[in-house]
Amino acid sequence: MMNTIIRVKNLSKRFGDLQAVDQLSFSVSAGEVYGFLGQNGAGKSTTIRMLLTLIEPDEGEIEIFGLNLRQHRKEILKRTGAVIERPDLYKYLSAFDNLRIFARLSGMKASRKQLMDQLEMVGLAERANSRVKTYSQGMKQRLGLACALVHDPGLIILDEPTNGLDPQGIAEMREMIIRLSRDGGKTLLVSSHLLSEMEMMASSLLIIDNGRKVAEGKLDELLNPKTALVELAVTDTRAARQLLGQTDWIHNIHEKSIRLLRFEMEKSRIPELTRLLVSGGLDIQSIRPVHSLEEYFLAQTGK
Amino acid sequence: MMFITLLRIELFKIFKRPRTYIAFGAIAMIVLLVQLALKVNGKDFIQLYTDSQSDTFEIPYESMNNGYFVCVAVLHMILIHVPLLVALIAGDMISGEAGLGTLRLVVGKPIGRTELILSKFMASTIYVVMLLVWMAIFALFGSILLFGSGDLVVFREENMHLMNQQDVLWRFFAAFVFAALALTTIAAMALMFSAFSENSLGPIVATVCVVIVFTIVQQLKVPLFEQTINPWSFTTHMLGWKGFFYVEKTAEGVTIDGSVENPASLVKSAGVLLGYILLFLTVTVQYFKRKDILS
Amino acid sequence: MRKLLVFAAILLPALLPAQDVKELLQKVKDKYDQVKDYTAEGKLKTNVLFIKAPVATVKIWYKKPDKIKIKNEKGVSFIPKGSVNINMNNVLGLSNYEAIVSGTEKVGGTDCKVIKIFPLSDEDNISRATLYVDEQQLLVKRSVISTRENGTYELVMQYKQYAAYGLPDKVELTFNTRDYKLPKGISIDYDNGADKDKKERTGPKKGKVEIVYTKYTINKGVPDSIFN
Repeated sequence: MMNTIIRVKNLSKRFGDLQAVDQLSFSVSAGEVYGFLGQNGAGKSTTIRMLLTLIEPDEGEIEIFGLNLRQHRKEILKRTGAVIERPDLYKYLSAFDNLRIFARLSGMKASRKQLMDQLEMVGLAERANSRVKTYSQGMKQRLGLACALVHDPGLIILDEPTNGLDPQGIAEMREMIIRLSRDGGKTLLVSSHLLSEMEMMASSLLIIDNGRKVAEGKLDELLNPKTALVELAVTDTRAARQLLGQTDWIHNIHEKSIRLLRFEMEKSRIPELTRLLVSGGLDIQSIRPVHSLEEYFLAQTGK
Repeated sequence: MMFITLLRIELFKIFKRPRTYIAFGAIAMIVLLVQLALKVNGKDFIQLYTDSQSDTFEIPYESMNNGYFVCVAVLHMILIHVPLLVALIAGDMISGEAGLGTLRLVVGKPIGRTELILSKFMASTIYVVMLLVWMAIFALFGSILLFGSGDLVVFREENMHLMNQQDVLWRFFAAFVFAALALTTIAAMALMFSAFSENSLGPIVATVCVVIVFTIVQQLKVPLFEQTINPWSFTTHMLGWKGFFYVEKTAEGVTIDGSVENPASLVKSAGVLLGYILLFLTVTVQYFKRKDILS
Repeated sequence: MRKLLVFAAILLPALLPAQDVKELLQKVKDKYDQVKDYTAEGKLKTNVLFIKAPVATVKIWYKKPDKIKIKNEKGVSFIPKGSVNINMNNVLGLSNYEAIVSGTEKVGGTDCKVIKIFPLSDEDNISRATLYVDEQQLLVKRSVISTRENGTYELVMQYKQYAAYGLPDKVELTFNTRDYKLPKGISIDYDNGADKDKKERTGPKKGKVEIVYTKYTINKGVPDSIFN
């Protein structure tokens, strides 16, 4: 049983003056939904394109399914499916024809039934013979997914799959991703800048910024680290700040707003924090550990 | 094996596109218009060429205006413009997919980039051949049907060539084959531009511009270009199809059936065109193999 | 001026008296007059600098006094307009002319009288003609005819089978041609390097056609409609 599906080591790519990806290393385990987070321009797309051999890395190594990507390109790509950004697909062809083309390109001679089943799965069977140019963005996205999945790949790479979708479309896409992982046993690498989405489906997470890795790990660990960000609302922030500053277990204190302080500390010491504040005569309005990935992400990337 | 699959996919895409049929429609229409014009005003058209000789010779307007003559006239008018129709398809082969966002999906599939380019080139070539077959059906067989066949008169700038009726048909086939080679050169060039670009209009315009520039340079007929650019300009050699209608004569001035004037120059032209095709294709493959797909 | 010339010519010594010349010409004419009409087939060879043409099969129709038509029925041929002059009646049929003999010359191996003919009427298209007449057979073997409009035509005729009718088996017609050059741009030629060495394109040019007759049908009637 092979555990690591993707192993990336010291991957770098430069476009002119821009260091798009900088010494990036990460690994994706079998069967997980691996979230790939970063702002627009952080280097997610460049990395994904390097995984798919669309872009040649300047440096670094990529292994997928335990094979070197450069040496076993076709073998790896046969077992990989991808949707990159918003594909318009062949607008002048029907969904069925599009799907058939991508099946053939993956080396698969699919029967009509197989193709129709695939379209059924993404809910496009009824419009199988309409030209794609008559499709909505959500339908195109689903067709793109069908094209990526038609040859039943073990690894699925989705670059910003929810981009341009309406809320319902986003929910559908999310369900599909979870189902593929949970029921289909697929490994998924999903990039997004929509962090709330990641929170809802990813099991592991890689956060990059300016081409560099900021954090990587299991979602739980990232969300529940030993040191947590804590937000404290008090009436007298100046006194509170002074008091907290005297301890050696509270770090990085800053005022978020006039009644709100934010700092880092071990979560287990929150009761101790309460006692300290009370004994210092301060009126506590609330103490809240910051959970949301978005907040975590913003804190990590400092944006 | 994969190459055949790719080729079939490319052909499927070409022949499912409405724009492909614009070319076929345009050709049919131009041919029909020329045929109509020559049916009604054939004599006036011929007079354009024979005016200076009408005092010296009886010009047999009627027998000259036969299907073969009409077909040559059509080819003269049409083949100059067909590069546009070829560019319309070949120039869109790669850049069009970049624009649609399918290029990144295709290149991410388990297929070789060289294979991909070669299949696109091959598909463009087949498209060119089909255009010419279509043209042959309308311009040649259509004209024979409408005008009948007969001896062929071909006008050149300084002389005219008469060919026996039974010595003509093979010349058309040879000319069509040569035209296929010439248009394949255009396809290879358009494909090269297409690899460089990410929008589909650019390569089409670039191809047409190159053809126009070289054609103008050629038509200027000034020594500066005649000795430098023209011998190597592909537009010069693309006209080689006309060479099959230049017949050789004996010292007594009688034409020799089955002969072609200076066939060596046709071989050279074909060689130059093949050289260009290879050059364009090599550049395309080498460039595309290393290209980062950012579209 | 022309009359003076004629007069001077007549005065030249050692020539046949004018009356004898006309008698000879009348005899020749009588011979040619046997033919009221004919239909013939022949092979036409064109030798003109700017025309490359195959040998063509042509049909020739003639009807007295001066109707003649040459046509390539099955194909395309450029027939020189001067080919009407292959009909000797054009000269022999003149009514008002002066003629002189200016010696003998060999044409195709036979001695011929060289007879110069000067039409006296201004209405004739022919301004001057020289006939080379075989006295024995009463045949014109060669003629040089200057026309007022289309320059000079030279004819060389060979007689065999139909000599009795004064009909040649082979005619070579040499005529003046005009320059042929298309305006630039009307045709974009393929340059196959074949035209580079042709520098002799200036000055008056001659074209030549040759008709070899293969079959005559004589005096069987030819409808006038043919010549329209």
